[in-house]
Amino acid sequence: MSGAAVVPNTALAVECSGVTKSFGEGSARVQALRGVDLEVRSGELMLLVGPSGCGKTTLISVIAGILDQDGGDCRVFGESVLGMGAREKIEFRARNVGFVFQAFHLLPSLTAAENVSVPLLLNGVPRNEALARAKEILALVGLGDRTAAYSSQLSGGQQQRVAIARAIVHEPRLIVCDEPTSALDGATGISVMELLRSKALRHDRALVIVTHDSRIFSFADRVAQMNDGRILEVGEPALAKA
Amino acid sequence: MRFIALRMLLHDRAKYLGILFGITFASLLITQQASIFCGLMTRTFGFITDTGLPDVWVMDPKVQFVDDVKPLQDTELLRVRGVEGVEWATPLYKGMLKARLDDGSYQTCIVIGLDDSTLVGGPPEMVEGSLADLRRADGVIVDAFGAAGKLARPPAVKGAKPRPLGVGDTIELNDHRAVVVGTCRVSRTFQSNPVVYTTYSRATTFAPQERKLLSFVLAKAKPGVAPADLAARIQRATGLAAYTHEGFRDLTMLYFMRYTGIPINFGIAVILGFIVGTAIAGQTFYNFTLENLPHFGALKAMGATNGTLVRMIFLQAALVGSIGYGLGVGGAAIFGAVTKGTEVAFRLPWWLLLITAGAIAIICLVAAILSMIRVIRLEPAVVFRS
Repeated sequence: MSGAAVVPNTALAVECSGVTKSFGEGSARVQALRGVDLEVRSGELMLLVGPSGCGKTTLISVIAGILDQDGGDCRVFGESVLGMGAREKIEFRARNVGFVFQAFHLLPSLTAAENVSVPLLLNGVPRNEALARAKEILALVGLGDRTAAYSSQLSGGQQQRVAIARAIVHEPRLIVCDEPTSALDGATGISVMELLRSKALRHDRALVIVTHDSRIFSFADRVAQMNDGRILEVGEPALAKA
Repeated sequence: MRFIALRMLLHDRAKYLGILFGITFASLLITQQASIFCGLMTRTFGFITDTGLPDVWVMDPKVQFVDDVKPLQDTELLRVRGVEGVEWATPLYKGMLKARLDDGSYQTCIVIGLDDSTLVGGPPEMVEGSLADLRRADGVIVDAFGAAGKLARPPAVKGAKPRPLGVGDTIELNDHRAVVVGTCRVSRTFQSNPVVYTTYSRATTFAPQERKLLSFVLAKAKPGVAPADLAARIQRATGLAAYTHEGFRDLTMLYFMRYTGIPINFGIAVILGFIVGTAIAGQTFYNFTLENLPHFGALKAMGATNGTLVRMIFLQAALVGSIGYGLGVGGAAIFGAVTKGTEVAFRLPWWLLLITAGAIAIICLVAAILSMIRVIRLEPAVVFRS
């Protein structure tokens, strides 16, 4: 494992039990999750790996509170998102969850600092204060000199760094990442994972990362192997298969 | 989040300009066509507006509009004068007569015959000469636009510009000699015919022989008598139709609205502008939202509420709507300024700006609602499916 500095504590960040989710109706119905049980500890970086269509993305969507499961329970820091009202769920997400997307999803019309400030604005932080904080975080991820750059002026690796800064700027307790390295070359992918490991992970925060990229398995504390909507096993990174 | 909404909109220049074009086009077409319509309608009752002194117009009950002259017997003037509440009443002749031009051609003119003693009903503004000059032998006052246009004298040298009819020139009205003693400025007429003012007695001499020649009786109410009340009294006492200034103006305008294709033709242009504007702006705005759906999805995932996103879209629509409205209305106003004094009838009343604003608001609302529905229905989980 590279750059491991945080020791996972025993508190559970994510606790899923018997989570099911299906899409479509009748013959077109697809069972994406078939009773998933998963625990992610605070301070832990967990990878969700498995073949395409095995339910990884559906699972992190449920964990992040942007998709409702059909059955089972999924608690994030002890709170069940399913039981919350729509407004409460949105507020919970805005406060507690950071996102890193495969396609970065940076707003092209905003500068790096403005993009990073978005979660703070959504949490009601005044614009100037949010921008100042965003610049600090950009400096933390090594982009202190690119705060005024637009995404079109940044490389893929730099864009993902901005996305990571955006995911951590509002101090969320859970960060979910969807294929954060798949759009990047090998070396850049490794540096992004190093950044996630060193700057995003804290003893009171958990990272759940969906990936196909076996080169980054070594950055995980644990790897959950999924197939056909189920967790097959959760174990050491060395034992995991892409 | 307002600045994000505005940045998103302005960042995509092509889409932004496309939306702006649609709204500007609609605003321009609606305002310009409706202004021309208003201008034409104003021309229909221009003569009534110009004749501002009398309170009540008395005429044959069958008259439908100002140019629909149905002559009365001269004795009707005396009957009107006898109605209680009438301060004074004067005769007015209004007819179409042919003027023979120097080159031998004929031009139809609107001839107005004013009461010989008072000259009530004269033009609102004299350019040359004075109204009293009508008392000179064979005197007529010609409207300046007609004098410089349809009644202008042919040039002495071939290829030169025609010379405007001026004081001292003579014309032939229905084979009668008339001497121009002045020129005046009047509202443009609906058919753009030159207007010739003269005295009542002279006008009836010019006119073809008919048993009845009195077109209208113009009456003034005594102080303290409301024009509408006086009109009702005259109507009761004489059996003639009597309208206040405004009533006769509305009667004329309604006639043109009801019996000519003008409202339909301009209405079609206005509706087309509205539809095309809605289609262009709506489609472009919707495409703009579709292209930004992943970003809206990301914002939703990060904790933006539907309300926040709806406000963002509304702000974007309001911005392009305001700018497009301003450009369109400004363009129409420039068109009006450029065409002032030409054949183009253009009148832009303040309330037309409100109507255009309402139409543009509807266009923006339609465009925004389509986008809002899409964004509200958007599942934030879509951001993981790229």
